[in-house]
Amino acid sequence: MPGWRVHQGTALGLPVANIDTDQLIPARFMSVPRADGYGPYLLHDMRRDASGALRDDFPLNAHPEASVLLVGRNFGSGSSREAAVYALVDAGIRAVISPSFGDIFAANAVNNGLLPAKVDDTANAALEAAFATGPQDARIDIDARCVTIGAVQVRFDLDDSWATKLINGWDDIDLTQNHSAAIAAFKQQRSQTASWAWPDGDGLKTAV
Amino acid sequence: MATPQTLLDKLWAAHEVLQRDDGVSLLWVDRHLVHEGSHHAFAKIAERGLSVAEPSLTFAVVDHYAPTRDRSKIADPQIARMIETLRSNSAAHGLRLYDLDDPHQGIVHVVGPEEGLTLPGLLINCGDSHTSTHGAFGALAFGIGATEVAHVLATQTVWQRKPKSMRITVNGTLGAGVTAKDIALGWIAKLGTGGAQGHAVEYAGSAITGLSMEGRMTLCNLSIEGGARFGMVAPDDTTFAYLEGRRFAPKGQNWQTACADWTSLASDAGAVFDREVTFDASEISPTVTWGTSPEQALPISAPIPDPSEVPPEKAEAARAALEYMGLKAGDMLDGTPVDQVFIGSCTNGRIEDMRAAATVLRGRKAKVPGLISPGSAQVKAQAEAEGLDRVFIDAGLEWVASGCSMCVGMNGDLVRDGKRCASSTNRNFKGRQGRGARTHLMSPAMVAAAAVTGTLTDVRPLLEGRAA
Ligand code: SF4
Repeated sequence: MPGWRVHQGTALGLPVANIDTDQLIPARFMSVPRADGYGPYLLHDMRRDASGALRDDFPLNAHPEASVLLVGRNFGSGSSREAAVYALVDAGIRAVISPSFGDIFAANAVNNGLLPAKVDDTANAALEAAFATGPQDARIDIDARCVTIGAVQVRFDLDDSWATKLINGWDDIDLTQNHSAAIAAFKQQRSQTASWAWPDGDGLKTAV
Repeated sequence: MATPQTLLDKLWAAHEVLQRDDGVSLLWVDRHLVHEGSHHAFAKIAERGLSVAEPSLTFAVVDHYAPTRDRSKIADPQIARMIETLRSNSAAHGLRLYDLDDPHQGIVHVVGPEEGLTLPGLLINCGDSHTSTHGAFGALAFGIGATEVAHVLATQTVWQRKPKSMRITVNGTLGAGVTAKDIALGWIAKLGTGGAQGHAVEYAGSAITGLSMEGRMTLCNLSIEGGARFGMVAPDDTTFAYLEGRRFAPKGQNWQTACADWTSLASDAGAVFDREVTFDASEISPTVTWGTSPEQALPISAPIPDPSEVPPEKAEAARAALEYMGLKAGDMLDGTPVDQVFIGSCTNGRIEDMRAAATVLRGRKAKVPGLISPGSAQVKAQAEAEGLDRVFIDAGLEWVASGCSMCVGMNGDLVRDGKRCASSTNRNFKGRQGRGARTHLMSPAMVAAAAVTGTLTDVRPLLEGRAA
């Protein structure tokens, strides 16, 4: 996945609190292979009526070009389903801005190049006010931890290690494989100091 | 003298392979549990031509899509494919699979402890947020996303920044008919769904040490609903008694060594937590949710709240929740009619939960239809040996096989649009049990009481004269 430092696009306000991952993508769509794309399922039951047709009055339907979402607190709480992030990313979203995120969601987001930008309540209120006239131009600068929506500019919080990952588009598996000697040594030592940590049954106690 | 350490400090230190300059740790994973939903992660490692680093520490369970009725032929091709994919991934990587016909199959968070795969002092990962359940044994257990699952599969390690520490102390004795579920819903209602965000919660106090392992698992399971990725209880004799003799638990001398090591897994006297909260057990009563977030919970004796009277930042959410739930502010929760009931899930699908429900249902008839799906095949067998299945069936409820079932509806066990369900599960999110489903969370005994009366109701009068 390619990294990014600066993003310019269209921001949309979706100021609803507690949008959990069950709402981001209902469980019934989670058996779809990733290659098929998860975009159509994003916020499925909010965006679509019972027949599956897009609702005219839902902002994201009127503005499919949106790439930045300003959302309410506790965004992405609940289930660990990474499919919630796939749905956002596949629908073209690069950043979500909220006063708070579910922990697992935020980690999943960073693993897929989606920025979970955490803002304080004052900044959030200022950004919300920017949407009085509808969608806005947005600019996000990860290095500066700075988001500009319309005429409003605020700072956001992001863990340094996450910023590095987003900017470089890094994949942890490659990084970790550089530490394989340390991991092997750790395993060896643990097998001696805590041999009970290996499953003992069904002839399994052979692995150490 | 060394600085006093928390249980979290000790567990973290025991698993830290290294710490990067930016403060993020690489942790060794002792157990990795996978399920049908892990297909994305297997696809990721396949893409890179990697194999599972430690197949003997990786266990696969069919649960999320498990049919709870006829298992011999799965009608839905998508469900069949999900289960088939887990089978082929397990076979390809040499993983032990708890398949549908395995007498030890069940929900991953029920199977792990039952099989002795879950032990004190372990680091346990699973691509499921309720992995916090396993912390009930004094393990460092947390849910991860698919990219992280792929990472654990490939390296048997996980990158993680150490969370802050939080201790929730509950002192005193729980009243009759009050359970671990009520402790959990109670604290989440008080502190909010973000109340423990960024923290690892350790539960302590006499009301916690007085809980069975089943109760502790329910409590740790629900930690995630309060925003905590980790819930923990220090291991003690109750823990050891539960584990001794379990299939994959240490044996012989190794068991003795383990118990000795595990005894040190407690927060030291004087250990400092980033946050401390204390509750009095005697003030907790049977609790139900009224809204679409687990924090929207109240004692059963309370009226449905008026959005204009809740804190302003929560008013809009309350209004939206009442509209979705079809409830009116000011009406009493007690007496609200329900359409159906469900008992099961990794939160409350264990044998103790089945017994609690049966105590209420014995000799009574349910006024509404309902489904009972035990958390594992072993729970099912045990319940049947105790005759609990007869109690449920005689009451008019459906007794089915084990799986996630109506907790999430992936296997097709759904609540229909607009229907109200009294449920022993963990999430009352919009659409969680099916599009338009209206979920009220509560303990299994409270669900049984709702079945008997056809309404949300206080279980306590129904327990009078019955052994708990
Ligand atoms: S029972 Fe429900 S919460 Fe538990 S693992 Fe299954 S779907 Fe998740």
